[in-house]
Amino acid sequence: MNPFDGEMRTSSEEGTEQEARIDRRTWLTEVVSLVGVTAAGLITPALLPAEEGASPAPTHVPGRGPSPYGLRAEGETVQRLTTATHSLTPHQSLHGIITPSALHFERHHNGVPSINPDRHRLMMHGLVDRPLTFAMNDLVRFPSVTRTLFIECSGNSGHEWKGPTGKTVQETHGLMSTSEWTGVPLATVLAESGVKPDASWVLAEGSDAAAMTRSLPLTEVLKDALLCYAQNGEALRPEQGYPLRLVIPGWEGNTCIKWIRRIKLGTAPFMTREETSRYTDLMPDGKSRQFTFVMEAKSVITSPSGGQRIEPGFVEIRGLAWSGLGSVRAVDVSADGGRTWHPTQLQAPVLPRCHTRFRFGWHWNGDETIIQSRCTDETGYVQPTRTALVASRGTHSFYHYNAIHSWKIDRQGNVTNVSV
Amino acid sequence: MCRSSRATSIILVLGLLMVSPSISVAEESRYGLGLLVGEAAIKAWDIDVNPTGIGLPPGRGTVQQGAIIYENKCAACHGPTGIEGPKDRLVGGQGSLTTAQPIKTIGSYWPYATTLYDYIFRAMPFTAPQSLTSDEVYALVAWLLHQNGIIPKDAVMDARTLPAVTMPNRGGFVSDPRPDVPIH
Repeated sequence: MNPFDGEMRTSSEEGTEQEARIDRRTWLTEVVSLVGVTAAGLITPALLPAEEGASPAPTHVPGRGPSPYGLRAEGETVQRLTTATHSLTPHQSLHGIITPSALHFERHHNGVPSINPDRHRLMMHGLVDRPLTFAMNDLVRFPSVTRTLFIECSGNSGHEWKGPTGKTVQETHGLMSTSEWTGVPLATVLAESGVKPDASWVLAEGSDAAAMTRSLPLTEVLKDALLCYAQNGEALRPEQGYPLRLVIPGWEGNTCIKWIRRIKLGTAPFMTREETSRYTDLMPDGKSRQFTFVMEAKSVITSPSGGQRIEPGFVEIRGLAWSGLGSVRAVDVSADGGRTWHPTQLQAPVLPRCHTRFRFGWHWNGDETIIQSRCTDETGYVQPTRTALVASRGTHSFYHYNAIHSWKIDRQGNVTNVSV
Repeated sequence: MCRSSRATSIILVLGLLMVSPSISVAEESRYGLGLLVGEAAIKAWDIDVNPTGIGLPPGRGTVQQGAIIYENKCAACHGPTGIEGPKDRLVGGQGSLTTAQPIKTIGSYWPYATTLYDYIFRAMPFTAPQSLTSDEVYALVAWLLHQNGIIPKDAVMDARTLPAVTMPNRGGFVSDPRPDVPIH
């Protein structure tokens, strides 16, 4: 069982003691139920739960002083869900589009290395005029760029190829996150070394215990790839590649090499294990698609979502949409299993290759139903149904699953993962 | 102060004159960051091996040598014959890619034999990556290719023979055809 199921479920089935604690402990994660209560006019100052324990009212004692590095409020327990090789972002409990750095998903292939930034170097060699090494101080001195971008593992929702598998949106869509990334364009640093005319592929290599390595087409990464040293305004988190990572807007997360220490230019792909044995998409005819870099348009309703429970009445359907090919043009929501679709409100800013928050005000009448979201991006690409996606690619590709996601709501208001 | 400023200017101009004949247009836009790195330093980090065999170091290994190294350093994770796991299955599965249960292994899926050398050296054994000698890696590659029925029992793997090995699924990869799903 997901250890966070209890956090996501509303309190009504947990007894009155849990209800008394909802305001303090979990209100932020249970907006759906709270909104319902508010609409019924039940929250008034007189009905706020009594203060727990012996602690005096906060209006009667001075609060604590400033601290050098802030921590979240006591009692806020939203967490990543971890396995041996990755951790998943709890989208059911998050708001807006920025993923807190501490909750950004992780995927690494032999652990998070411990790197002294003073001793970290980026080496650029191969088909360059001048092989160079850069210290972190050098890279920070280059003209910088900041962009807010999603990173999605190509295996995000990968288990859903076989049918509904994850219980929560954290399990089905937790291998993606959005951060504000700051760094230097790869093109700027490449120009410092001088690219020889016959160079056409770039090998990027990490300094982790997997020495994670991918080949990238030079013309593509010259457009917008960034060598990033900052995330959400501060240094990268260790699990996000500290002190330096590649971020390629809209491309599968595995290409965004973390802890990057080497860039080599060549005339052909290097055919590393991660672009042959892995990160290739097996089709029904036995052929595999290779170098499938772009993450196509996708969306998911994060609230209400699997493991949550809603009450009849007003429910704001909230979710995230994104496209590796550009900006989200529109998101439509269906509350009747795909028979009718309704445009949603997109929260500005709507940025290219970035999560976009959508909202749709809905009145749930208590009947069993299925809710879905469907993204259209600026190229006109429409997020496919599961049926259409599987008809094209079968169920063995594992990577790049981007079908419309369906959440079923039963008569008790319980939300579960289903396929239609 | 005036004199020293003029002296500085003269030195700067002289410096530019001395450097400018070798500066191309592209170089003028440089920021002057980074340090030139020499061949020896490059070689210490330049571990990749590409399909033509560039990057393969001197050394050699046989199937028999590989069997012993595999038993000692690999079998605990990949099973006695490369099939049993618990980690990735390495052997068998040929002909399974179009079935209901595709089995992706070195023999059934990997398109290039050189990738084996690259990956085993850079990332294996999992608890001690980049600890194997080139002879050990060549031997392991030989054993794994033999277990998959790709090279004979008496084959020797080295920088010349390994790139010449043709993998069964060499023709199994296509470029990205997306967008491929019809709009409904």
